[in-house]
Amino acid sequence: MILADSSSSSSPLHFWGYFLDHRAEDLRWLWDHTYLSLIPVVIGLVIALPLGWLSRRYGWLYPPMVSISGLLYTIPSIALFVMVPPLLGLKSLDPLQVPIALTVYSVALLVRVVADGLASVPEDVAQAATAVGYKRLSLLFRVELPIAVPVIAAGLRVATVSNVSMVAIAGTIGQENLGRLFDQGKQLSTTGPYYPPIVLGIVLCVLLALTFDLLIVFGTRMLTPWRRAVVGR
Amino acid sequence: MIRFESITKTYPDGTVAVDSLDLEAPSGQITVLVGPSGCGKTTSLRMINRMIEPTSGRIWLDDRDTGRIPAAELRRGIGYVIQHAGLFPHRTIIDNVATVPYLLGWDKKKARTRAAELLEQVGLPAHFAKRYPAQLSGGQQQRVGVARALAADPPVMLMDEPFSAVDPVVRDQLQDEFLRLQSELGKTIVFVTHDIDEAIKLGDQVAVLRVGGRLAQLATPAELLNRPVDAFVAGFVGRDRGYRALAFSTAGRLSTREEPTVRLGAPVPAGTDDADGWLLVVNDADEPQGWLKLGESGADGEVVTDAMLHRGGTLAHQGGSLRAALDAALSSPSGRGVVVEEDGRLAGSLTASEVLALIENPLPQPEPQP
Ligand SMILES: Nc1ncnc2c1ncn2[C@@H]1O[C@H](COP(=O)(O)OP(=O)(O)O)[C@@H](O)[C@H]1O
Ligand SMILES: [Mg+2]
Repeated sequence: MILADSSSSSSPLHFWGYFLDHRAEDLRWLWDHTYLSLIPVVIGLVIALPLGWLSRRYGWLYPPMVSISGLLYTIPSIALFVMVPPLLGLKSLDPLQVPIALTVYSVALLVRVVADGLASVPEDVAQAATAVGYKRLSLLFRVELPIAVPVIAAGLRVATVSNVSMVAIAGTIGQENLGRLFDQGKQLSTTGPYYPPIVLGIVLCVLLALTFDLLIVFGTRMLTPWRRAVVGR
Repeated sequence: MIRFESITKTYPDGTVAVDSLDLEAPSGQITVLVGPSGCGKTTSLRMINRMIEPTSGRIWLDDRDTGRIPAAELRRGIGYVIQHAGLFPHRTIIDNVATVPYLLGWDKKKARTRAAELLEQVGLPAHFAKRYPAQLSGGQQQRVGVARALAADPPVMLMDEPFSAVDPVVRDQLQDEFLRLQSELGKTIVFVTHDIDEAIKLGDQVAVLRVGGRLAQLATPAELLNRPVDAFVAGFVGRDRGYRALAFSTAGRLSTREEPTVRLGAPVPAGTDDADGWLLVVNDADEPQGWLKLGESGADGEVVTDAMLHRGGTLAHQGGSLRAALDAALSSPSGRGVVVEEDGRLAGSLTASEVLALIENPLPQPEPQP
């Protein structure tokens, strides 16, 4: 029958059968993968907003901010995962390990994105907003950020999608998520290569990334009706 | 009334943008700050609503020291219009206009009703309300900018080269409408421009600034043209200032000669020997339409049509300026400037030399021509 067939076949195309066989586990990993990818971006954005605002407001902060975040990004993710627990006094495979490491990456990426987004607000618009009497905070939230949405959303897309792939790497060191499928594939490849879990992992990761991407694109469209008005004229 | 009291602004890099400026912008009038680029006009203007803080000196708004009014509160009571309008791209036109009322806590309905009123007042159709700024032309955006500045009916308006970025035809139109609005509203306005013609057209008084932020002359437009205080002002005002000063002298009632006319739609008359061949065409309301060159078109039995007319000549109004009269004469294909009554009916014509005679001997009026 199919079950036996699919488990035994090592053809890459049998990933679907593999999924059906291990559905409960795979769905759980999919869910873990989903929130592990998203939460760091959300927290990252919350931290990046004030930092990005500061480096926009105090121009001299921008170059060091960009250099530091660039440097952070060059740390291999696996190294960061391994370093986080000892640095923060957590036990290895602590559930916070992945979110903390990925938040670092997200902040590194988004600080610059927020600063560039705020810089995309035309100077005369910012001047006019000040002149009509906006105070600093409402200027930021009611004028500058809404206008920066397209730039910030583009950064969120990059951050979210790259998080999906980095979460998978954490799976190979034992964290519960879709990355475990690659680990399984490797362990089941005893006599010859065993592809189904590996292909399943790739397919689910790609689908997840695509879904995030579409949602962000859709959300951006909802938040920026004024941009469509321009394009559609 | 806005009063600058020995205002100096030195930027951190040492640039002295404004140097001990004393200036008073009277209530209900347009005070224009004019001068070459970099002479400190924008800096002066922005010190009024405290977008820039003076290094020393004070600015008074009536009897209040602006330095003691919280910046946001001060600004909500001062309309501000800038070159590219600076509309909020993410808000509809109506919400752009309603910005200050919203900030002042008006309820949404009242704010929008007021905004709709203003759109009409600045000459924009009601269906623009739901559009976004990027869907409007530069001139239309500028009108929205003016409407936004007027929304909460502030007594004071600051305008920084508001019409500089639109094409000349639209600019002229915006200037005329601005003057019409101001005659209804009577705001205290400080208007910045680098264009001396605009300054002379719009200002009740004009302050000419020189680079380094020093006041060169403060005067009415006519005074500025007739009596510039020094070579800088004379140079800035321009070589043709004598001609432009004519815009401020009126001739009283112009004594015009009667001009033979023909109506649109009437048969083309045969050329007569004594005339120069130019015949003025009027419509049924006796309003001048253009000139007909006899013998140029119109075979026997043809009627005068629009297509035969030479237009191009400007019209001078009875009671208007000498400049307009001279301009009408100089721009007329026949060399005879057309003068109309205030209701637009033909009054008669006048040659350039007759206008010049009027300029040279304003009184008494010359004898009627034969
Ligand atoms: N933020 C600034 N820092 C230093 N110098 C400035 C600044 N803003 C304007 N300036 C200088 O001050 C002078 C006056 O500028 P501005 O008021 O903008 O002139 P205008 O509006 O008449 O062209 C110029 O020399 C300009 O370069
Ligand atoms: Mg300027």
